[in-house]
Parts: sequence; structure tokens; C-alpha cells
Amino acid sequence: MTHTMLTIRDLHASYGAITALHGISLDVNEGELVALLGSNGAGKSTTLKSICGVLRPVYGSVVFLDEQIANKTPESILKRGISLVPEGRDIFTSLTVAENMRLGAFVSYNRKRYQEDLEEMFGLFPILKERLHQPGGLLSGGEQQQLAIARALMSHPKLLILDEPSLGLSPALVDQIFELIVRLRERGMTILLVEQNAERALRVADRAYVLNTGVMEFSGTPEELENELDIASVYFGGGEGNKEVTL
Amino acid sequence: MILGEFIINTLSLGSMYALVALGLVFVYGILKLVNFAYGEYVMVGGYTLYVLGTFTPVPWLAVMIIAVLMAAATSYLTELVAFRPVRTKSLDAMLVTSFAVSVLLQNAVLLLVSPRSRAVPLPAIFSQSVAIFGVVTPMRNVLTIVTAVLLLTGLTLLMKYTVLGIAMRAAADKFTTTRLMGVPANLVISVAFIISGFLAGVVSVFWVGRSASVDPLIGFTPLLIAFIATVIGGMNSLVGAVVGGFAYGLLFNALSILLPASLISYRDAFMFAIVILFLLLKPEGLIRGNYTEERVG
Ligand SMILES: Nc1ncnc2c1ncn2[C@@H]1O[C@H](COP(=O)(O)OP(=O)(O)OP(=O)(O)O)[C@@H](O)[C@H]1O
Ligand SMILES: [Mg+2]
Repeated sequence: MTHTMLTIRDLHASYGAITALHGISLDVNEGELVALLGSNGAGKSTTLKSICGVLRPVYGSVVFLDEQIANKTPESILKRGISLVPEGRDIFTSLTVAENMRLGAFVSYNRKRYQEDLEEMFGLFPILKERLHQPGGLLSGGEQQQLAIARALMSHPKLLILDEPSLGLSPALVDQIFELIVRLRERGMTILLVEQNAERALRVADRAYVLNTGVMEFSGTPEELENELDIASVYFGGGEGNKEVTL
Repeated sequence: MILGEFIINTLSLGSMYALVALGLVFVYGILKLVNFAYGEYVMVGGYTLYVLGTFTPVPWLAVMIIAVLMAAATSYLTELVAFRPVRTKSLDAMLVTSFAVSVLLQNAVLLLVSPRSRAVPLPAIFSQSVAIFGVVTPMRNVLTIVTAVLLLTGLTLLMKYTVLGIAMRAAADKFTTTRLMGVPANLVISVAFIISGFLAGVVSVFWVGRSASVDPLIGFTPLLIAFIATVIGGMNSLVGAVVGGFAYGLLFNALSILLPASLISYRDAFMFAIVILFLLLKPEGLIRGNYTEERVG
């Protein structure tokens, strides 16, 4: 019996008058890699914002490690062990790479371990070592994505959440990012991955959810998804090499 | 020697304006709020100087330090009781709140002290003259410059090399993302208000050091100058505020010298005309901050 890490039940979220989530439920178990799929505007980022405390849910519960976190602040949720790599990278462009990394370790800072963690990140992302004292804004899109992931890992999260990490990257870089995700998964990291690149995500995920205009349309294993899903109802753009993939 | 005098006067005035502008922009950078109560922190510092200097035997150095701390504490307190409750509502709510805080503090002084201006006893060192490179100048000019250099150096080190400083810069850039790093929103905002009030307190010492008096409306001019200086320098950059402050001091002194005697009473009108002209040509200010305009909500 696996231990449940994150449990979302009947989550409703809205932006003023616009309701983006109409009561969705989702589970992430310890050690799992869960993919959350859906087309543009389906509510994927809204779900993540609700988990991380950026958006206050209108209704419903978000339980992380047996604790209700639906109304907690972003900073306290990070402290509890959830780290988000936001959509569009969202690194601090005016801060150097080193400063970005230092903020990633804001709550977990320990002088000795910090150096070890940095070295470990340089192992995963050699480019960051070369660019350490350059402003983050001078990095290329792919480098920024690597920085965003490294920064998120610096807090030693129990649950890592990635919002479309492959967006806007060249195929080679997409491969690299997915390799990294698999490697993190193998090291025991629990991951919630939001992707529009459904084919790639399903290849690495243990389980998957499909969101469609604020409603959870499917949940199950990737195999089940491929077999059961009404093919016509969901359309995913931007597969491998930008070829369109319908499941 | 006229040039030497001009340089020292400009540096001294510019130093004070740079500190006044920096205090305003510290809060603006993070909350995108022009805090209209900022001038009242200067006022609180001024009245602390008056009360302690007139009615107590506390030595003047201690009086000044207490005045600075009082201004910082007032700023922190207004953040706690007035701004924090409305922070998530809207920027307009915060603006109105800052007006309310400003009026409340002014009225408190009207009620508790007097609507009229009060003479503030100053230490002799403020009015003594010294000769620097052959230029005879009041000691307070030198003190202003030295204080500004020390403070600007200290703040630069704080912002550049401490994790708190890094977090403050990050929060001015992307507030929500900074919180996602685990940086508490309240910490960053409180520190911004404390630094802002601290600078207002330092300014109050030198402001009162020039006029030797304090009145309930003393905060208006520093607020106005801070606002104009930051607009000249660029609202989104701490460096811009400092540059704007010095630019304002330079412009002010230059006009004082260049304008014929018959026009000198219109100096402020000339100042504003030049500032408006400048902004038409360069609306983003002298220094362009690399921050996005994200509001804290
Ligand atoms: N800040 C906002 N204000 C108002 N409406 C918003 C806001 N952010 C998102 N929405 C709306 O909420 C719905 C869900 O958006 P969301 O960002 O969660 O989609 P998404 O699944 O992440 O899409 P994408 O794949 O394009 O990132 C959309 O209809 C969107 O227009
Ligand atoms: Mg999204």
C-alpha cells in the first residue's frame, strides 16, 4: 500500500467571475510520477496555483501529508515540502544565477550542505556553473528552464511540481528535460508533471489525469488512457517534433 | 571658490534628496505603492528631536538616534496596522490608506503639540563651519554627505550580499515567485517599511538641521521631492532613486545661481517645467529598472 502524499478533493477555483476549476479530484502517491494533461485553458496551471497557495480555492480540499493546506500561504506550503517550477520558467531575470539558486535554498539553507547541493546541481546542469555570476535574464530559454528546475530542487522538496517544462524548448532540450525528470523519479522524487506534450509525458508517467475546461475527464494509467479515452474529445497539440498527436 | 562651494552644497543637498528618494522607492519597489504617509515619518523624526531636545537632558547624539528609530518604528507600525489588512484588496485601497495614515499622523501632532511651528534646539556642531579644500562650509553639509555615503554603502552591501537583500530584490522583480521560494511576504514588506522609515528618520535629522524648526506639515516637501526625484531617476530602481535625488539637488542649486534675482521666487515653477520637459523626452527616467510591473495582491 503506497502512502498518499497529495489528495485533492472537489476543488473549485475561479478568477473573479471566471470559474476555472469545477470540482476536480487528484491524488499523488509517494514516489509516483503523475502527469496532468489537457489543452490550453483546461485549468492545469490553475490546479497547480491552488496547490501552491498562489490562488485561494473557492471550495474543496487540498491535503498534503495529512494536513489541509488549501488556505495556507505560498511560503508556508513550500516549507511543508512542495516546490513549483512555474509556467514560463519565471526565474528572477535581474538576479544572477547564483542568487537565484540561493533563494531556492531560502528555507533549507545550511552552509555546508548548500555547497554540496550546488555541486550536485552543477552535475545535473553544467551550464549553470559556467553562468553562475551572470544575470538570469541573459540565459537562453532552455538554460532558464534548467535554472528554474535547479532552483526548485535546492529546497529539497518532497513533491516537485513542474508546469510545462518542455514548452518552447528545442527537441534536443526536451529530451534532456525528460531524461532529467526520469532520473529524479528514479531517485525517489515524487513528481506532478503538467504537460501539453502528452505523448512524452505518458511515456514516463505512472499515472495520468486529463483535465478539460475545469473538469477532470480521465484518470488512470497511461495504458488505460490510450485504450479508454474517447479519442475525439481531447486534442493535444505539440507532440514530439511538433507533430500533432491524438490519443 | 564659488565652484567649490557649489559642489559641496550640491553634494550635501543631493545626499539628503537621495536618501529621501531612496526611502520612498524601497516601499514602491515592492508594493508599487507611493506611500503618501512617507513625509509623516520625517515629521515623527522631527518632533522626536523637538520633544527630547527641548524637554529632556538626553545627549543630542542619542536624541538623533532615537528620532531615527522612532521614524522607523512608525513606518513599521503603519505597515502592520494600516497597510497589511488592505494589502490583498487593491492598490487603490492601499493608496487611500496611505492618505488616511498621513492625515491621521498630522492631526495627532496638531492635537498633541500645536499647529504652529516649534523651534528645535540643535547641537553646536550643526552650525559650526569647517574649511574643506579651502572652502568654508557649515559642518552639517559635511555630516550630511558623510552620513549618506555610509548609509548608501551599507544598504548596497545589504542588498547585494545578504540573503535578505537578494530576497528584497527578487520581491521587487516578481513578488509571487519570491513567495514560492519560501520567502515570507510579510518579512519582505516589513523590512521595506523599516528601511523606508529609517531613511525618513535620517532625513528628518538633516532637514530639521537646516531649518531648526518643525511643524505638522514638515513632511510635505520631503514627500514631494522624493516623488519627483524617483520619477526623474526611474521608479523601478534603487540606483535610480539615488541618481534622481542628486539630479534634483543639482538642478535646484543650479537654478538658485543662474536665475536672476527677479525670477528666483519662481524657482519651483522652473523646476517643475524642467522636470516635465525631461519626462516628455525620457518618460522611464534616468535609470531603467529591469523589473516588471507586478503588483502585490
Ligand atoms: N489570471 C487570470 N485571470 C483570469 N482568468 C484566468 C487567469 N489565469 C487563467 N485564467 C483562465 O482560467 C482558465 C484556466 O487557465 P489555466 O492557466 O489554468 O490553463 P492551462 O491549462 O494551464 O493552460 P495552458 O496550457 O495554456 O497553460 C482559462 O480559461 C483562463 O483563461
Ligand atoms: Mg498553464
